[in-house]
Amino acid sequence: MSLIGRNFRGFEATRPLLVDTRERSVRNPKDFWAGVIYLALGLAVILLGRNYSLGSAARMGPGYFPIVLGALLALFGVVSIARSFVRAGEAVAAIAWKPLVLVIGATVLFGLLMERAGLLVALPVLIVVSALASQHTRADLQSALALIGIVAFCALVFVKGLGVPMPLLGSWFGS
Amino acid sequence: MAVDVLSNLLLGFQTAMSVSNLLYCLIGVFLGTAVGVLPGIGPIATIAMLLPITFGLPPVSALIMLSGIYYGAQYGGSTTAILINLPGESSSVVTALDGYRMARQGKAGLALATAAIGSFIAGSAATFLVALFAPPMASLALKFGPAEYFSLMVLGLVASIVLASGSLLHALAMILVGLVLGLVGTDVNTGIARYTFGMPQLADGIGFVVVAMGVFGLGEIIANLEDETTRPSSITSVSGLLPTREDWRRITGPILRGTALGSLLGVLPGGGALLASFASYSLEKRLSKEPERFGQGAIEGVAGPEAANNAGAQTSFIPMLTLGIPANPVMALMIGALIIQGIQPGPSIVTEQPQLFWGVVVSMWIGNVFLLILNLPLIGLWVRMITVPYHFLFPAILVFCAIGVYSLSNTTFDVFLMALFGLLGYVFNKLGCEPTPMLLGFILGPMMEEFLRRALLLSDGSPMVLMTEPLSALLLLISGGLLATVLAPSVRKRREETFVAGD
Repeated sequence: MSLIGRNFRGFEATRPLLVDTRERSVRNPKDFWAGVIYLALGLAVILLGRNYSLGSAARMGPGYFPIVLGALLALFGVVSIARSFVRAGEAVAAIAWKPLVLVIGATVLFGLLMERAGLLVALPVLIVVSALASQHTRADLQSALALIGIVAFCALVFVKGLGVPMPLLGSWFGS
Repeated sequence: MAVDVLSNLLLGFQTAMSVSNLLYCLIGVFLGTAVGVLPGIGPIATIAMLLPITFGLPPVSALIMLSGIYYGAQYGGSTTAILINLPGESSSVVTALDGYRMARQGKAGLALATAAIGSFIAGSAATFLVALFAPPMASLALKFGPAEYFSLMVLGLVASIVLASGSLLHALAMILVGLVLGLVGTDVNTGIARYTFGMPQLADGIGFVVVAMGVFGLGEIIANLEDETTRPSSITSVSGLLPTREDWRRITGPILRGTALGSLLGVLPGGGALLASFASYSLEKRLSKEPERFGQGAIEGVAGPEAANNAGAQTSFIPMLTLGIPANPVMALMIGALIIQGIQPGPSIVTEQPQLFWGVVVSMWIGNVFLLILNLPLIGLWVRMITVPYHFLFPAILVFCAIGVYSLSNTTFDVFLMALFGLLGYVFNKLGCEPTPMLLGFILGPMMEEFLRRALLLSDGSPMVLMTEPLSALLLLISGGLLATVLAPSVRKRREETFVAGD
């Protein structure tokens, strides 16, 4: 009932319907966005898998299972989106951009630097960049010692001890 | 039969008691506890992080060490829950209820000792149950056809969502997301590369460790950093370790009942250990003459759930070792580890690799002995580890995740992929979608496709085969029943209440 009421007010407001639907009628943003992800992922699976041969039920081709899964996932997405207009729920809490960007960014930087600059550069970068994500991080002696300790530990245990083939100094240093 | 079990256990002792395996078990328990006590790191993240160090070991030793890591991580989680009320995983949420209260009343040592003793008794009993019931289960499983396997996995996935805290819709959808992610890689039947975007690194599929570390490691670090104010910095001093005669009188009953409950529920797919600790807690509260003491530092509220939790952790090995089906994400990681070792978990392990099977079973018990003798004296060390501030901790966790993922196949591609899954994990966290069903779906996906393919091949394309094979039909009926119970209003309410109590 309330859904119809809301949409009805939407028409009276003489604003574009699409914008209005988004702004006023999504009563459960978490359901809505999760549904969007499911739907997008499901459709992508179907779309990207359209060239894999389906086969028949008796002889499932490489495209059979993906299409079934993709369709089911897309269906769940539609249901979740539809439900978001009916059942109220919590708003999506604010995204913590700082830790998100710094932690993911530090990991990516590590990946980029590992083989080029070597472990002795990549690790400190990973540690320092990610540590910036915390408000408690201080550039003091204790932090510096912790940093040196971790790097030394990894170099000794993983590279020397366990023999993981990570260069201590990478191709940039001519090794 | 009894003689059989004894001779098998003897074989197990021979395997597990070798000096090197004892050492691996000890190292596993120690490392597991050391990482597990760190606040905000649950057993899944602990195992995912430590997994790479077992790659170089022979399969038996690797599995023994991983099992040790698992028990250690669980016990470590309880320690953190008791001392600073920060449960690292859902099953120690219950322990925190009364354990933390006890710690606040100056009885931290007693609470920790109770947890250790309860875990030990439960672990020993459950190990024996595994030895007793796993072989018949495996011989039953040998009769399973592809239809039965497919239905069994459906049951496993459905059961895993009964306990997921969020909505049923999202739990089901997350399973599908996991199944879809499992599609990436080369199709085993035709050799066609699916969803690899032309990248050769994806030809073997996405590594499950990459997914687990991204979602449970990175994703949780970001979520933890959102709000840094809630971390308590001080710790109550730990004293008065051993229970008195009066304490023993109080805890014996709860431990025994918890063991029984946990052993039974642990076999169920889908986080039986969590259900077990909740069930044990409410059972003890109901049986108690003074239920008002629960939540105020009742020792029974620590003993029962801890026993149930540990018993469930042991018996969850039964479906993993005999059917190759994970009862929880931790077992999914174990299966992944076995596959990396070149062993396909399943009913044939018991007969074809008796050394592996019985060695692991016996090492479970040995692991519990180590836990007991290691943890009581080392408690001071664990306390010091807990007090390491999080802003020192998380960069180190990140380092271990990054190096661990890199060492999987010595490529930075996996590091980037992990970053991507960290992002995905955080987004799902924000949207209230639980990642655990996704991980299970991801692990089971490829197996399900293969078994479905075989089942349909045999039935000439008729999906009815899943319903006409009696055992398969039974498994699907149980799955349907479980789904129906979750949807039933009374259970739904119960479920919400339980999780509210947990928070």
